[in-house]
Amino acid sequence: MPLNRHVQIIDYFAGNTYSVSKAFEWFGCRVDLVSQPGSLARADYLVLPGVGAFGDGMETLKLRRFIEPILTHVDRDRPLLGICLGMQLLLGGSEELGMHRGLGIIPGNVKRLSDEPGVKVPHVGWAGLCIPERQDGTYWKDTILRDVPPDRDMYFVHSFAAVPDHPEHILSRTCFGAHRFCSSVHNGNVFGCQFHPEKSGPAGLKIIENFLRL
Amino acid sequence: MYKPRIIARLDIKGPNVVKGIRYDGLRIMGKPQDLAARYYRQGADELLYIDTVASLYGRDNLTEIVQQAASEIFIPMTVGGGIRRVEDAVALLRSGADRVTVNTAAVKHPPLIKDIVSVLGSQGVVASLQVKSRPGNRWEIFVDNGREKTGMDALDWIKQVEQLGAGEALVTSVDRDGTGNGFQIDFILQALQAVTIPVIAAGGAKMPTDVVDLADRTRCDAVAVASMLHYNRATIPDIKEALVQNGIGVSCH
Repeated sequence: MPLNRHVQIIDYFAGNTYSVSKAFEWFGCRVDLVSQPGSLARADYLVLPGVGAFGDGMETLKLRRFIEPILTHVDRDRPLLGICLGMQLLLGGSEELGMHRGLGIIPGNVKRLSDEPGVKVPHVGWAGLCIPERQDGTYWKDTILRDVPPDRDMYFVHSFAAVPDHPEHILSRTCFGAHRFCSSVHNGNVFGCQFHPEKSGPAGLKIIENFLRL
Repeated sequence: MYKPRIIARLDIKGPNVVKGIRYDGLRIMGKPQDLAARYYRQGADELLYIDTVASLYGRDNLTEIVQQAASEIFIPMTVGGGIRRVEDAVALLRSGADRVTVNTAAVKHPPLIKDIVSVLGSQGVVASLQVKSRPGNRWEIFVDNGREKTGMDALDWIKQVEQLGAGEALVTSVDRDGTGNGFQIDFILQALQAVTIPVIAAGGAKMPTDVVDLADRTRCDAVAVASMLHYNRATIPDIKEALVQNGIGVSCH
């Protein structure tokens, strides 16, 4: 069943916006790649993708005057999905290549994954999601992870991960070596995935569909 | 948990997927879009597209193939063959590729790896090595799909590509490619010792047991298979099931 939504994808530098837009078009959405902030005022669903370094990403959002319209979109309680670097930018700041301030929609910071025996950084590959500690099976009910089977793996490519200040903003955790990093976040209608739902096969598409049904 | 990625490899010549033996005697296997869709539905962890003639003729028809794939295939795609400049790599990424792989041009001009890494990041660049065994436990790098020798030592080169910033190394055994004689495990073990970046093993698998044997003995990060899938000797689920039965993890989509 096509989901006739209007989706805007922020196109702020070379990245995988093409793949992201194809995943939304798969559901029959009207997709615009937006490189001018003026158009964002009319967005129903907003997607902030991104690959690369945190500081460069924030700097480009700032130079292109995207920050204010993104925050306005969030203030209106409209759905926003950050993917990979786009998720990390939702946080308050990052320690990648010096300290940088983020959008601050999710209080907390972005830190480097710790090197441990048996794991390699950058973390590239497929890994599962688990419900955070002290939460039960209903935790994902009204979120983008609704009905995502718990044994499904998602595709990750990253060296840094979000560390939210408040546990209620952590939507899922993922095992990496001996510990678990925050692999998705939420705050109201704002969601962020450290993994790439647009590259995670049918289970990833399910997450995109859930986002479009918010 | 150790969970090697299972990659379906599509060698491209013009509009077709082709496969030969030791890169020679190429036979047409089908259309890229049909095979890619089949392996996606089977649960492949990744697709690897290599244009087998691009570096000979300087052609570039991959962009279109990748663009088409991106509209119905939602797993990572690594794409290469004929990449000579940073702009070639960026164009492929903008068409839906997630990573690019470079071989010939990087061997001829190693700083190319560094230049592409500076734009795409390490995780965006896979160095492709075509390796042939030489007397005395030596390994030599070949280019142009196993056609041309370089005199370069493969272990020296894999260390160099890591230093230049490549995020992964794809190691194809020219001796084993398409033969079904099993992977070149000796070299994969030495490659894994020589570098810390992930290593993708390719060339030689006949049946899922070859993949199990490779994973068991080397713990390599990923494996690329082609003939086994193209000739329908086994499917991706067959490979994953064989791994699971032998206590090796697989990703579940």
